[in-house]
Amino acid sequence: MQADEINLKKKAESAIGKKAAFGEDFELEKFEEASKISEPIENMKELDEESQRTLLQVGVLPSEEGRAGTLLMKDNAISHTSLKDKNIELMSTRAALQKHEWLKDYAWNLVAVDADKYTAKSYLEDADGYFIRAPAGKKTVFPVQTCLLLGSKKVSQTVHNIVIVEEEARLDIITGCTTQKGVEEGLHLGISEMYVKKGATLNFTMIHNWAENIGVRPRTVVHVEEGGTFVSNYICLKPVRSVQSYPTVRLEGEGAVARLSTIAIAHPGSELDLGSRAIFNAPGTRAELISRTITTGGKVIARGEMIGNAAGAKGHLECRGLVLSNKGSQRAIPILEANVDDIELTHEAAVGKIAQDQMEYLMARGLTEDEAVGMIVRGFLDVGIKGIPEELRGEIEDTITQTALGM
Amino acid sequence: MLKIENLRVEVNGKTLLHDVNLEVGKGYTNVLFGPNGAGKSALMRTIMGFSEYKVVEGSILYKGEDITHLPVDERARRGLGIMMQRPPNMSGIKLRDLVYTVAKGEKDPDVLAENLDMQRFLDRDVNVGFSGGEIKRSELLQLAAQNPSLYLLDEPESGVDLVSIGHVGTKIRELLNQGIECPGERCQKGKSALIITHTGQILDYVQADRGYILCNGTVMCSGNPLKMLEEIKKKGYEECVKCKLMR
Repeated sequence: MQADEINLKKKAESAIGKKAAFGEDFELEKFEEASKISEPIENMKELDEESQRTLLQVGVLPSEEGRAGTLLMKDNAISHTSLKDKNIELMSTRAALQKHEWLKDYAWNLVAVDADKYTAKSYLEDADGYFIRAPAGKKTVFPVQTCLLLGSKKVSQTVHNIVIVEEEARLDIITGCTTQKGVEEGLHLGISEMYVKKGATLNFTMIHNWAENIGVRPRTVVHVEEGGTFVSNYICLKPVRSVQSYPTVRLEGEGAVARLSTIAIAHPGSELDLGSRAIFNAPGTRAELISRTITTGGKVIARGEMIGNAAGAKGHLECRGLVLSNKGSQRAIPILEANVDDIELTHEAAVGKIAQDQMEYLMARGLTEDEAVGMIVRGFLDVGIKGIPEELRGEIEDTITQTALGM
Repeated sequence: MLKIENLRVEVNGKTLLHDVNLEVGKGYTNVLFGPNGAGKSALMRTIMGFSEYKVVEGSILYKGEDITHLPVDERARRGLGIMMQRPPNMSGIKLRDLVYTVAKGEKDPDVLAENLDMQRFLDRDVNVGFSGGEIKRSELLQLAAQNPSLYLLDEPESGVDLVSIGHVGTKIRELLNQGIECPGERCQKGKSALIITHTGQILDYVQADRGYILCNGTVMCSGNPLKMLEEIKKKGYEECVKCKLMR
């Protein structure tokens, strides 16, 4: 073991009891470590109908049609990998670390092992996950799809993903995170380190579809170089116990751009603590952080932070929350920080119920109250799903309608 | 078709309308004149059933049924339709989706929009960034999809440039007349309407049957709409405000 590895291990061990800055504290010992062995799935189409539906609901197509590649991780084991577009690399993180000596410089480079107990546990378990790399200049036509599936009861799944989009390349990723039917309780810890190099573009869509007693602690940091673009769409519409995430994008090169959208619905019993953070470390960098959240009885905390450290940085932060029930709560916490003079950071936050004049405008056209709510809610969330691949939108819109009308 | 009797309306405990009596017969197009702030829009919004407007006295009858306390969507389903003067911005809601839903999928939004030169607005958010004329055409498009029996048109000419007034006016006539030009037949088979007008320009396009003047929250008088407009143009509403004829 090399000196730096020993060092990281020490750090992680010292942080194994360290509570996260935000969100409910989960006692790790209450969850069994998920299995690192699983039966390989040769063909996703051979999965039973129920499992196929589970995957479809998070945008993962078992047919793999129109996808550059597919990786499925069940519990703590990679059970399926297939690659149609041979110009990109897709494999498990562990396999990639063995294949590429240089990859160790990327692993645990953006996310600190001792950030909290969840990162520490993931490091100490040597968590596996997906490694995706688009070589320089390679612009993929179809997205790569990955699925992180919690397949056993009361276990903790630890995931470590690394994505590298080399210079002038373009990559689209759809990641669906979900539970197998019957798995109601568990913990998902996910480390993601993403590198968007000079002039490259990464379009990342993540759909969460958990169950009522699942705790979710993603830890994501993105590094964007000169002229690079990072686009993220995060969607969480179904009941879950607790999600706490605060992905951070570091804009490190001149003209780098980030656009992050979040749409989420907090059902009764759900606590969603969702944020996004942009750090402007280079001149002329830009970011837009948008969140649209709805509570039908759960708790939402919409955080957003922009830290301007370089001249000409420009950012806009927008958090809007709809309250559709007396029992739910919405809290918007926008933070703006300017550390040099030539900076333009703005924010817009609004929480509240559906405007009566909008409701009655639609009802005056003959829509029922339910239809009007459904239409307004879909419209409210629409801003957040603009960047989502077309074929996923129908499913998402159906979910939104059902949720809005199910109250 | 519509009969309003001794109506008294409050908003936030403040009386906006009182002793309002008004009728619109089947197939009739009646016009509501009145100075700014008289309560014309309030009356129209009360007829439509917007919850802000509380009827504390009197009644609204529609096709013989008392609809005074029916919710707005129930009234819409019975055949009332409104063109609002300042409709709210509906961010995220595409005009196409709204038109499709309002027409219950029975009419093609593209065909309806083509008739109103609104195709390029179908995929835009309803009312967001629309000009005065575009708002009117969007409202008419929604009404065309809704196909009401009684049209409540709140100042169809306001905020519309002179060229567009012709367009808007012609479309309103088409909707109201349903292709029937004979006044007798129109009264039997055409649509009914109550139109608020400030300038009277809309009367160049629709055949108005009866006019009402609303001042200080009440209907002062009624009569031939064109003659009324002539008088208003000559003397303004000052005479009406002072007039004791109907009190």
